[in-house]
Amino acid sequence: MEAKTKDLWVFVETNEDGSAKNVGIELLTPGKMMAEKQGGTLTAVVIGHHTDAAVHAVATHGAARILVVDGPEYAHYTTDAYTIALCALVEKYGPTSMLIGATNKGRDLGPRVSCRLKGGLTADCTALDIDPDDGKVAWTRPAFGGNLMATIKCPNNFPQIGTVRPGVFKKCEETEASAEVIREEIHVDAKDIRTQVLEVIRDMNEEKVDLEGAEIIVSGGRGVGGPDGFAPIRELAAALGATVGASRAAVDSGWISHAHQVGQTGKTVGPKLYIACGISGAIQHLAGMSGADTIVAVNRDPEAPIFDVADYGIVGDLFEALPVLTEEIRRARA
Amino acid sequence: MNILVCVKQVPDTTEIRIDPVKNTLIREGVPSIVNPFDGYALEAAARIRDKHPDTRIVVVSMGPEQAKNALKECLAIAADQAYLVSGREFGGSDTLATSYILSETIREIERREGPFDAIFCGKQAIDGDTAQVGPEIAEHLDYPQVTYGLEAELDGETLQVKKETEDGAEIVAVRMPCLVTFTKPAWDPRFPTIKRKMAANRAQIPTLSPADLAGIDLTRCGLNGSPTKVKKTFVPQKKSGGVKLQEETAADSARKLYGLLSDAGLV
Repeated sequence: MEAKTKDLWVFVETNEDGSAKNVGIELLTPGKMMAEKQGGTLTAVVIGHHTDAAVHAVATHGAARILVVDGPEYAHYTTDAYTIALCALVEKYGPTSMLIGATNKGRDLGPRVSCRLKGGLTADCTALDIDPDDGKVAWTRPAFGGNLMATIKCPNNFPQIGTVRPGVFKKCEETEASAEVIREEIHVDAKDIRTQVLEVIRDMNEEKVDLEGAEIIVSGGRGVGGPDGFAPIRELAAALGATVGASRAAVDSGWISHAHQVGQTGKTVGPKLYIACGISGAIQHLAGMSGADTIVAVNRDPEAPIFDVADYGIVGDLFEALPVLTEEIRRARA
Repeated sequence: MNILVCVKQVPDTTEIRIDPVKNTLIREGVPSIVNPFDGYALEAAARIRDKHPDTRIVVVSMGPEQAKNALKECLAIAADQAYLVSGREFGGSDTLATSYILSETIREIERREGPFDAIFCGKQAIDGDTAQVGPEIAEHLDYPQVTYGLEAELDGETLQVKKETEDGAEIVAVRMPCLVTFTKPAWDPRFPTIKRKMAANRAQIPTLSPADLAGIDLTRCGLNGSPTKVKKTFVPQKKSGGVKLQEETAADSARKLYGLLSDAGLV
């Protein structure tokens, strides 16, 4: 059975303040290319509460049509409410394919929605294209901890859905808004929402750790030697406006909280610049950060595997190198 | 409280090597382990039982006969009973088909063991990395779900789950029966005791075949029941030609690096 339309949808996740998450805007870039190849309309789906900022951001980044579901029940993400709303929209409009950002929420929502619609879902994609032979989406994703890439097709079920890693695609240039905005009244009864957030705990030292959305990440590993060893890493991160990451070795040693962990049992990141300090580059760590545009490694061991993936490397002591690098950056920005 | 933990036997991805000639994964000699995230789910169940000793923990795995080794390990660590579900008809299942088979298996185990209050899963398996099977089982069973769980506590008719978020954590109350997927908590899972290990080695693990799953629709299983198809696999290209700096001092290297990054417009 074919889909009702050839439209490509991008699900745009909203923040609690109603603004759009970066990844939703990023996905409009491949979405436009795919919609053109499939001959459909690039449609953004915005679900949330007080979503004007998100709708504006989407409208000025390439969406031709925007479906908006706004209501107090969507202010805080719940699997139940968002699944009901998104499935209702799909059933009404019948898109051929849908992109969802592979954030924690996106990876919570994607399988729930695709399973309810009996569709196919490909997780955590890092490349997207349309197969010229049949016009279906070719979803490419890493498996086996990044050791293997697989290209997946979903030839007979609709919509074809994929979650896509943040940071893989770049936002397009801002343009004048010309999107058609359609508001749908979909409301969910409180009794149908079976989870309730009782308490929100920010990271312990009040520091926001948005690794997935970060443009620059400075990470420390075993080579930093202890909790105090993160000081030069934090300094460099502060100078760059970067987020602090860590390898599993540093987290397991208790030097920094798990929220900072990059790698297979931590976060998967795709920043423009990743600076790995005192990180040897175990395959599990590489699995989490090899999607970075540019990788810089600082390590005393010239044989460390991190140098195999690094664009720039310093063979030397991070405690000597980082303060100098921080100083240079501060001076240039002063 | 009755808890079912879903586990998968996976190749230890840290041991996987690439055949440099054929450019394929070398799977021979790679040890099989219990998927680490499933180990965290089992530990979360064991911690509930530490506080509520009348808790019963059942583990289930879908896979070949050899996956019983993973189930025995779970019995040695914390589980009271294990089931394997296995069948040629299930081969080649994607996440939708796998979650359907597991949901039908859960119904069959419930006929034997009584209803479960909670299904615990790892957030994802380290070979496929999809994180889809847990939420899809929840959908098949029409249970509420909480993903990225760190720990769970029983609170009357609800479960209170501490879950990881992008900027910290949340405490979420979820009505039971429910499904929770677990990520890595701040602690390491417990080790098996010698006594439990010996008992696990002697344990009889029933194998459920498609014939044991009353009412299962085999057209929804295996390759034919899977909407997604793997079109090709390939080994990612390694980056090459990186610049390695090793000046007289690390400070000199850092100055040079700053120059390169600045020229490239990166800082």
